Order: sequence, then C-alpha cells, then structure tokens
Amino acid sequence: MKQKQYAEGALPRTRQRKITSTLLTVALLAALAAALYALDTNASSLVLRIVRLCAINVVLALAMNLINGFTGIFSLGQAGFMAIGAYATALLTIPAAKKAMIFMITPLAPPLDQLTLPFGTTLLIGGLLAAGAAFLVGVPCLRLRGDYLAIATLGFSEIIRVLITNAQGLTNGAQGLKNIPPNATVWWCYGTALVVVIFMALFTTSSYGRALKAIREDEIAAESMGVSLFRHKMLAFMLSAFLAGMGGGLLAAFNGTIGQDMFRVMQTYNVLMIVVMGGMGSISGSVFAAFVVTIGQEWLRVLDGPMTIGPFHTDGISGLRMVVFSMLLLVIIIFFRNGLLGTKEVTWASIGRRLSAMAGHKRKEAAS
Amino acid sequence: MGTFLQHLTNALSLGSLYALLAIGYTMVYGVLRLINFAHGEIFMISMYTVFFGLAIFLLPWYVIFILTIVVTALLGVLAERLAYRPLRDAPRISILISAIAVSYFLQNLATVLFGGRPLTFPQVPLFTDVMALGGVRIPRLSILVPLIAAALLLMLTFLIKRTKTGLAMRAVARDYDAARLMGIDLNWTIAVTFFIGSALAGVGAIMWGMKYPQINPTVGAMPGIKCFIAAVLGGIGNTAGAVIGGLVLGFAEIMLVALWPALSGYRDAFAFVLLIVVLLVKPTGLMGEKTTEKV
Amino acid sequence: MREKILEITNATMQFGGLIAVNNLTMHVSYQEIVALIGPNGAGKTTAFNMMTGVYKPTSGFVVLNKENITGMRPDMIAQRGMARTFQNIRLFKALSVLDNVIIAQHLRLKSTWPGAVLRLPRYRAEERLMHERAEDLLRYMGLWDVRHEVSASLPYGMQRKLEIARALATQPTMLLLDEPAAGMNPAESDELTGLIRGIRDHFELTVLLIEHHMDVVMDISDRIYVLDYGNLIATGTPEEIQSNDDVIRAYLGVDEDEA
Repeated sequence: MKQKQYAEGALPRTRQRKITSTLLTVALLAALAAALYALDTNASSLVLRIVRLCAINVVLALAMNLINGFTGIFSLGQAGFMAIGAYATALLTIPAAKKAMIFMITPLAPPLDQLTLPFGTTLLIGGLLAAGAAFLVGVPCLRLRGDYLAIATLGFSEIIRVLITNAQGLTNGAQGLKNIPPNATVWWCYGTALVVVIFMALFTTSSYGRALKAIREDEIAAESMGVSLFRHKMLAFMLSAFLAGMGGGLLAAFNGTIGQDMFRVMQTYNVLMIVVMGGMGSISGSVFAAFVVTIGQEWLRVLDGPMTIGPFHTDGISGLRMVVFSMLLLVIIIFFRNGLLGTKEVTWASIGRRLSAMAGHKRKEAAS
Repeated sequence: MGTFLQHLTNALSLGSLYALLAIGYTMVYGVLRLINFAHGEIFMISMYTVFFGLAIFLLPWYVIFILTIVVTALLGVLAERLAYRPLRDAPRISILISAIAVSYFLQNLATVLFGGRPLTFPQVPLFTDVMALGGVRIPRLSILVPLIAAALLLMLTFLIKRTKTGLAMRAVARDYDAARLMGIDLNWTIAVTFFIGSALAGVGAIMWGMKYPQINPTVGAMPGIKCFIAAVLGGIGNTAGAVIGGLVLGFAEIMLVALWPALSGYRDAFAFVLLIVVLLVKPTGLMGEKTTEKV
Repeated sequence: MREKILEITNATMQFGGLIAVNNLTMHVSYQEIVALIGPNGAGKTTAFNMMTGVYKPTSGFVVLNKENITGMRPDMIAQRGMARTFQNIRLFKALSVLDNVIIAQHLRLKSTWPGAVLRLPRYRAEERLMHERAEDLLRYMGLWDVRHEVSASLPYGMQRKLEIARALATQPTMLLLDEPAAGMNPAESDELTGLIRGIRDHFELTVLLIEHHMDVVMDISDRIYVLDYGNLIATGTPEEIQSNDDVIRAYLGVDEDEA
C-alpha cells in the first residue's frame, strides 16, 4: 500500500489522546522543574551560565522563527530589537546610585536616572518598545520584496546601533552599561522560555498562525483568499520584535554589562544559525537546536584552549570554535537544507507513532 | 573654495570605491538573484593579503597588488563553487543563508588567522603622497581612485557589451532557464561573473586600505552592506546603476558630514535612511526596470 | 432583468507600451454562468486580475454588488464576496488539504489574535465552525478522503478541485474560475461541468470562468464573452458565438488579406 503523506498536525485528536498528552506534558514539566532545581542548588556557576543561556537562546530563536520561519519574511533586524529590549531592561533595573557612577560623561536623562522597576515589568517594557520600533520599521519595510526587506531590516538594526552610540545621555554611548542586576536566574530564564514556547504553540496553530503560513506558502493566493498581507505581516513582525526585546532584556541581566558592540549583525547570524539548524517553521526544532548550539559552543571551547594533536602543540587558538561552528552552519544549509525538523513538530502523538512503528518492526522481526 | 574642492575629490574617490564594490553585488545578483553577503568579507581578506605581502614579506607593491587581485578573484569563485552552486536549485532563502554562512565563516577565520587586533594598512608612497592642486593639498589617491575606477569600468563595459562571455552573462541575467536551454555554459558564466566581481572588490580593497588604513576582521562588513545599498539604490542587476548608486552614496555621505558636522556620528546610519527613502519612492532603484509578477 | 452582480465598465490595462485589455465592458448577473474565452494571450487572465485587485486597471471601473471596487486590494475584494482560482494552481503547497480550506475562512474570523491565542470560548466556537464548514466542503467536492494529505501531493485534477473548494470557503457571492478544466481528461471535465452547475445552485453563486475546452464552455455557459488581443470581439449565447464569423476568424487565425 502506498504510504500516505500526512501534513503536520493532521491526525485527529481524540479526547483520550488529549488527556494522555496533557498528562505527559505535565510530567515532563515536573521533571524539568526538578532537574532545574537540582542544578540551581548544586551545579557550578559555569554550568548554570550555560543552562540559563540555553533558555535565553530558546526565546531568541523562537522570536526569529516566528517571522523568518512561519511567515517566510527574511528579516535580519533581530539584533536591533534585542538591543532595544536590553537597554530598556538595563536602564530600568540598575539602581539609581550606580547609574550616577556609570554615566560619567553625560548624566542620564530624568526621570530614568531615578527610576527602577521590577525585572518582569522591565522585560515587558523592553518587549513593547521593541514592538513599537518594529511598527515604525515595518510601515516602510514590510512592503519590500524578499531580499530588499532583508537588507532594509539589517540596515535598521545598524541604525539602532548608531543611535545607541550617539545617544550619550540615554545609553552612555560607546562606554555601554554595567552593573546590571543579575536578575536572569534559572527560574526567570526558563519561566520566560516556557511562556514563549506555549505562546508560540498556541499562536501558530490558531487561525492567525495559519494565515501566516499561508503567506509563507503563497502571498498572492493568501491575499486573494482575503488575508490582508500588511496587517498579518505587521502582526508577526511586531510579535517577533516583542519576543526578541524580551530575550534581549534577559541577555542584559544575564551578562551584567551591555554595549552597542554586542548587537552587531553577528548577533542576528548567531540566532539565525539556531533557527536554520532546528528547521525554519518548527517550534520544537528551535528549542532543540537552541540547546544543541549553546551547549555545543561551550563544549567546543576545548578548541580554543591548548591542544596537542600528534606532534603538534598549540597554546590555544581563540576563535577556532567559531570557525568550526560557522563551517557547521554551511554544511547544514548545503546538505540538510531543512534543518533537523523542517516544518515538522515533535509532539506526543509523533513520538507515539515513532514508538509504535519501532515496536511493530520488532514484532515483525520476532515473527520471522 | 579650497575646502569645497577637497570635499569634492573626497566624495568622488569614496563614491568610486563604493561603485567598484557595488558592481560585484550587482553582477552576482544579476545572474543568481543572490545578495552575496560574503562580498564584504572577500574585500576584507584582500586587505589582509596586501598587508602580509607588503608589511611582512616585503614584496614590491605592484607584485602584491596583482597577486591580491588574483587571490581575491579566486576566493570569490571558490565561494561560489563550494557554497552557492550546490544550492542553485534550492529555495532562494537557502542560498541567502549560505551566503551569510560564508561571510560568518570568513570573519571567524580571519579572527583566528590574523587576530582580532586592528592592523595598520601599509602605505605606498606613489599613491598616498599628498600633492598640491590649485593651492589645495590633496592626497594623490583622491585623484587616482576615480581614474582607476573609470578605467576599470570602461574595460568592464567593453567586456559585457562586446565579448561572448559578456553576452552569456547578459543572457543569464535576463532569463536563467532560457539561457541554460540555449546551451550557455552556466557554470562557466557564473564563475566568470564571480571572478570579475571579486577582482573589482580586490582593487577596491587595495585603494580603500590606503584611504582608510585600518584592518580588522569586521572591516568588510560596513563597506559591504553600504555597497549593496549602493547597488540597490542604482537598481540592482544594472551595472551603470551600481556606479551611479555608489557615487550618489559617496557624495551624500561626504556632503552630509561637510554641511552638518554635528551629524558625523550618524554617517553610517545615513546610507540606510537613503536606501529606505529611495525604495519607497522607486521600489526597483533609480535605474531599475519595473517588474510585475506573473499571476 | 436579473440583478447585475459584477460589472466592468471601460476597463483598460496597460503594461508599458502593451495594452493587455482594451476598454472592456461586461457584466455577470445573479446566478448566471458566464464564460470569458479567447486565444492564448487575449488578456483573459489579465481581466481576472483587474477584477480581483491583483492589478489596478489603468482606467475604467469594476463594480461588485453595486460597490465600486476599482483599485481595492485583493483581500478587500475577497472580503466583499469575490473569490477566484488560479490558472497555474497556487495552493498552500506544504499545508494539508484541510488547512488549505480552513485558511480561506480566516477572512470571516471575528476573534482577535489575543482571543485566538487564549482560546477564548468565542474563538473556539468559530474554530469549530471553520472545521465543520471545511469538512462539509471537502465532502461536497469529493476530497474528503485526502483531507489530511499535503496539498502538493494530490493529483492534478484534485488540486484543481481543491482550488475551487478553497475559493468557496471564503463564502463568495461571485466566483471566478481560471481554466478549471485545464489538464483534465474528457471524463473529468465532463464531471466538472456538472460540479460547477451544482455549486452555482447549492451555494447560490454567480460564476465567471475562463476556459479553453470548448465543449465545457458551450455546455455550461449562459452567455459568452470573446476577447482577442485585449479587445472584446463578440458576446452572446453559445449558439450565437458558435456562428460568429469574427470569433471563428480569431480562433483560426485567418489572415486579413486572404479573408
């Protein structure tokens, strides 16, 4: 019999299936929470850094995947939106006394010099500001065709960086900001990542998410079926910027210091690598790849350290891991164009199918 | 008057440099419909080649200049062969990401090979000496750059308009599939396109280095993006457009700083503002043809 | 006389020096099936694109249900009740057959996106309704069995039917079909004729179609418009068109001098 080609999420979900997958999800989350608790109390600060960075990268990758993967708009502006979120969070959480010390050349403009807000609020404000910027950028840029849009959004992200460098009284210019309170705990990072994953899952499977996929598949057909291109692209663009802004805020609190240099185009490429590796248009792919890339990059630090290969010895070549990593990205895009998952998702149902297929295979083997 | 002349020559030489790089973008875009994100990094590698040839190996400048141009051109061809050709039939987004990956790779590679610390581009007195012109002291380079660029452009125009390879390039740019069906050797034509585009980037890099003598692994990024913008301004795919776009951008930047010195910090942002404005008014650039998608 | 649903008045579409459609005036009345025919390159699809907002006419007017829709965006025109299929099939290829039909109902959705994300009761009700309607449509079009398959994997004839199903899902009053029988064998195109009539009666629609299969056109149409080189050269019932000299000349390409 011909193997039928099923589309993603196509199999009907019966009530029983629903209950089973809900239970499994709850169990998985409980296990994750327990693991995080254990790590948080026992693990070294280096390990904890990596663990937290994984979650931040999940947020950043999903933000980019929403616009580049699900909507099919090739935007390269993410670093700019992250910068907005990062500066917002930094400026709103650094205590007033420390701000006076940081802003040596030009004092910080009031009321920011006295204002501090709770971390969660600042993340949201950072996201909203980034979304606002996305609106301003989107009005002219979202009308552009594919490559033009890529270069225009990249340009916007560079403009943000130039503005940051020049707005001395707001951003401390080229000196950057330091003493950002280390609010990005394991719980904040994973809490945010979880909320973002749930949001993405609900949004992309909603009617609005389907409309975005339709735009990705065929703009002209989508428009002829009544999907307003501009409104939906703008929605995706602003939501993506919102998430990127939150991710930037987390990153600022995680790093402790930020500067305009952190938000070069390279930063966008780093996230792009995760999204491409996981599969453009796959949430589980992005989550998975965020972990693989973050841990992989740490693990490859070995390459930067002293090495002895046969008769050769080096005292450490700094940056070698990034060479290896960028080569990896090339290999992935050339040989595994669709990344790990393409547009598919790992769900309990898909795992179940895989398991039963394997079991069926075993049974057949046993019978023969 | 004196300062005006200085600004003018400055703008002309910067604009010519932009034009040289923009041509590489526009030619590649013409045949492959690809933004060659790695173009700026190829430019960066050629600056390092000159540095090592002149400052470390102490070769005569003309030897190293020719060597650099050849190395750069071959690097461009190599990038196409390894990273773009396998994806020629893939969705366009894949090949775009591949170009980004090449750019990312070359930057990281340069950091490892040459270190992240900035180096100083060696000076070649023949080009960098200052001369007096009508009472104004102008670096000889400011005069030479536009002349060299103009000479190269004439050669390029001859090549595109009068040779068989040029005809093939124009055919591929016009209709990729039809050109293939008509028996044009695509691989060869595309390789030549990359060779010429990258060679021009090599020439541009040599002169850029003498004008702005600082080299680091990200030195190609900004000129790279700006020259792509110049190509888009002029109408991408159009060689004359790339030259016009480069000159417009060069003049606009220099005049902006000359007229409003307070805005000089925003100079790098200006190109993007210009890009967005032009695209909104004329979505296919100054010299671009209007296109309608077939439904 | 029956009410005019779609009315085109003196519409011209010019691309640079080329006039693709010249001064076209035509109308389609309530529950009519009207065909737009003509040799290749006559400007039929361009006319469709003007009506559906893909192109903005250089001059002239398009009126749908007494509303001037000239120059409106395609999505706004779809909102107002005109749906279309595409000559060169433009399905949402990677998505399932069912999703293709559900997406086409998005334009009637009243819930906002936060409501959809939070799965508020109103959204859940709307979503259920969209599913039911999509399933009804697929059953009606005979695509029920393949509803979970990737749309690009369907055979050609089924893809054409899915295009029609998707257009119907937008709940149109006016349906434009661009060569619905292209690539179909005689049996299939015969079935299609009945299907189009059925659709017209079942959904109380008005239909305008472009078609090259003359047996389909003559069988199904109430009236026919004939375009040649962008000009309207004839209009009338199938019988009138079949005996029209200008039409025969346009189709056979008889040289002016010989004639």
